[in-house]
Amino acid sequence: MKRFPKANGSECGAGAPARERQISKEFLAKNGSRLASRRLVQALILTAAVFLFVGAGPSTDARFKDLGHRMMCTCGCGQVLLECNHVGCQSSDKMRDKLMAAIEKGDNDDLILQGFVQEYGPTVIAAPTTTGFNRVAWIMPFVALAAGIIFVTWLVRAWKNRPEPALADGITIPQGHELDQFRAQARKETEQ
Amino acid sequence: MAQIGSFALLLALGLSAYSFGAGLLALFGRDAASARLGETARRAGIAAFGAVVLASFVLVSAAFADDFSIAYIYHHSNRDLPAAYKFAVLWSGQEGSLLFWSLLLAGYGFVLRLRYKTDQRLFAYASVIIASVQVFFLLILTFAAHPFAIEQGGIPADGTGLNPLLQYPEMVIHPPMLYLGYVGFTIPFAFALGALIMHYPGEKWIHITRRWTMVTWCFLTVGIFLGAHWAYAVLGWGGYWGWDPVENASLMPWLTGTAFLHSVIMQEKRGMLKVWNMVLIFATFLLAMLGTFLTRSGIISSVHAFAQSSIGTWFIVFIALTTAVCAYFLVKNLSNLKSEHKLESLVSRESSFLFNNLLLLVVCFTVLWGTFFPILSEWVQGHKVTVGPPFFNRVAVPVALLLMLLTAVGPLLAWRKTSVESLKRNFLYPAIGAIAVGLMMILFGVKPWEDPSYFYAVVAAILAALVIFTVVSEFVRGGRVIAGKSGQNIFAAMLQLCRRNTRRYGGYIVHFGVALVIIGILGQPFNKEVEKEMAFGDKINIGPYTLVCQSYTQDDNPNYANEWAIINVFRGGKQITTMYPERRFYKASGQPQTLPRIYPSFREDLFLVHDLYLVYEGKNETNGRPIIKAHMNPLVPWIWIGLIIMVFGTIVALVPNYVPVTVAAAVPVRETAHAGAGD
Repeated sequence: MKRFPKANGSECGAGAPARERQISKEFLAKNGSRLASRRLVQALILTAAVFLFVGAGPSTDARFKDLGHRMMCTCGCGQVLLECNHVGCQSSDKMRDKLMAAIEKGDNDDLILQGFVQEYGPTVIAAPTTTGFNRVAWIMPFVALAAGIIFVTWLVRAWKNRPEPALADGITIPQGHELDQFRAQARKETEQ
Repeated sequence: MAQIGSFALLLALGLSAYSFGAGLLALFGRDAASARLGETARRAGIAAFGAVVLASFVLVSAAFADDFSIAYIYHHSNRDLPAAYKFAVLWSGQEGSLLFWSLLLAGYGFVLRLRYKTDQRLFAYASVIIASVQVFFLLILTFAAHPFAIEQGGIPADGTGLNPLLQYPEMVIHPPMLYLGYVGFTIPFAFALGALIMHYPGEKWIHITRRWTMVTWCFLTVGIFLGAHWAYAVLGWGGYWGWDPVENASLMPWLTGTAFLHSVIMQEKRGMLKVWNMVLIFATFLLAMLGTFLTRSGIISSVHAFAQSSIGTWFIVFIALTTAVCAYFLVKNLSNLKSEHKLESLVSRESSFLFNNLLLLVVCFTVLWGTFFPILSEWVQGHKVTVGPPFFNRVAVPVALLLMLLTAVGPLLAWRKTSVESLKRNFLYPAIGAIAVGLMMILFGVKPWEDPSYFYAVVAAILAALVIFTVVSEFVRGGRVIAGKSGQNIFAAMLQLCRRNTRRYGGYIVHFGVALVIIGILGQPFNKEVEKEMAFGDKINIGPYTLVCQSYTQDDNPNYANEWAIINVFRGGKQITTMYPERRFYKASGQPQTLPRIYPSFREDLFLVHDLYLVYEGKNETNGRPIIKAHMNPLVPWIWIGLIIMVFGTIVALVPNYVPVTVAAAVPVRETAHAGAGD
């Protein structure tokens, strides 16, 4: 990492040799504006980040919607909590009220979900967690995809390198330039 | 009645068993006696169809006659059930739906056995295999899930009624469509296995089954979408796909069936993927059986819990046995399934088919894995976990998007090898158009960086647009060549292009439909909903609409009592419609049911169409006011339009190619002048 001399630090302070001081002044003269603009950009990013992460936190409604879609209704309807519209469902209304109360209390997402798991069991969470054996649920499809891509790529390469199947006597398969000529001719005849 | 039905079932079982046994014996010999025996087996198969039709007819008649001495009728019908739903009683419960499976299979077998002259030996093999599946279902019907079992303890005065969820017009057609799809895959499966066993040379079995497979795939597609529409229009949660295990069960054979439809093209055109095609069609049939098993075994909790019983063991044995038979013959006959050509380039139509198959199979695996993971979790961890929509949306959606990309790019690739120039030439304008669509979405306020669902929506829109533009460009390019040669206008030229290669261009139309379905789905993150208790004159504002409660009332008929709200819908200050969200209480079953009302905004919005969806959630018991939940679901109508286009594309692909006929015309010849000049 490149180390810039400090403007008022020990390296260019009163005790520093004259040559170093000279270099520092030249450096500042040359790069001062660049440094200033860099600082300005850094300050702007910091300000934006502060606004983004402090000012724009998820609202209560957004958290309710998010968490409510990460849990299942326990009435047996098999639907996501916020999508259960069972007529006269005893579970979902109670669960929704509980969820809203927990959010308003200021509990974080993990704590809220844990609370629901303790009360309703692990099946209340709509998707496997990313801990322990449950991680396998998430990993396997991507392992299958990766393995499939590797296999198909290998297959394509193997098939490419496969010798041409034998043909009846006297028939040769056009290759290279000859094949290109045939293709060009075919294109000409079919497209014009 | 019950006796006639039982007798018909036993007769069907005997005839099917004979068709299987005698047919099998006949296959071992090649003499005249074997041929005669084979013919009796074929006729027994045809007669079995008659017997199953009789059994089904008896069951439906019993429903219409309110014969509650039959337990099945008692549990699935009642006196005041409307006639259309009495007809649907056949597939509304476990035993009836198994009989319906058997009926459809017998019907398919009937058609196949009548057309046996196409290739007698191959058809004989297929007939035996179909008979074996038929025997399995008839055995279950006779010994484990008898539809004509007598209700114990006297004849009840009335039935307990049909499940209210099933009392909806689409339920009269959704299950038959789905079953036609499930059962239909037995035909290509039977031909494939038959061809494998008899070392059938060439690709003729694929030509024979091509239309069967496409028709079956189309039925399954329609069945799945009708199910989605039924869920949307009846369940009242504003969605159409909940990743329920039974929904997943119908999706899995559809995915492998779709992969098969693509990969057989490679076998037909290039003599490649012979083993793979066998594996795919076997997997499709087995997954269809697995779906039937899932619906009935109750091993996985599902909203389709209307048909759970102990017949799961039968299915497990059958699936295991079929898998073993398929694997045995596949391994035994591997040497007959060697590829005839080599692959020349990674950038070719062949490669695109391979990757298309891979992605379809990965989505299928994901669905299978997610469906069965709760059981695996119970074995390993000692407790079940839920694998619901968040899992499938997060895992399957990215792979499905990759598949969309391939759907767009694949048709632009040439067989054997594609040059970079040609790819650039064909791909440039569609790609620019698709990126423009994505940018427009961002310009109109969709911020993909704000939420993953918005990101997926933008990517899906770009890919759907890419598919649409590539399909259109394929039509236009081909049409221009024909127009240039024949002098026709471009549209007539495109029609002719389509007629010359119906399968290819029909396939493109199906891709177009799929893109529209994706457009319909990508509106989901932008759904809005508002719930409110409404007094007379109360308003709900949602999107561009103002909903005003004009009144609420109730009614009563022999089948159900109902209450509903009358909601006037205003847009831009003008009343555009009145909607009647309703809640019913079915008397026979004692179950309540909401019936949402849907208003698609076709008249107001051309492309950015949406559904206004009102649900009568219930009423405040203290003041009697209705609680209305209003949803605004953008783009959903495109899903159903996409389905119609997919069906249309399949029909186009089924039409035989137009081949210009050349007729030798008489040319007057001058008699003397040039006689003998050529010699």
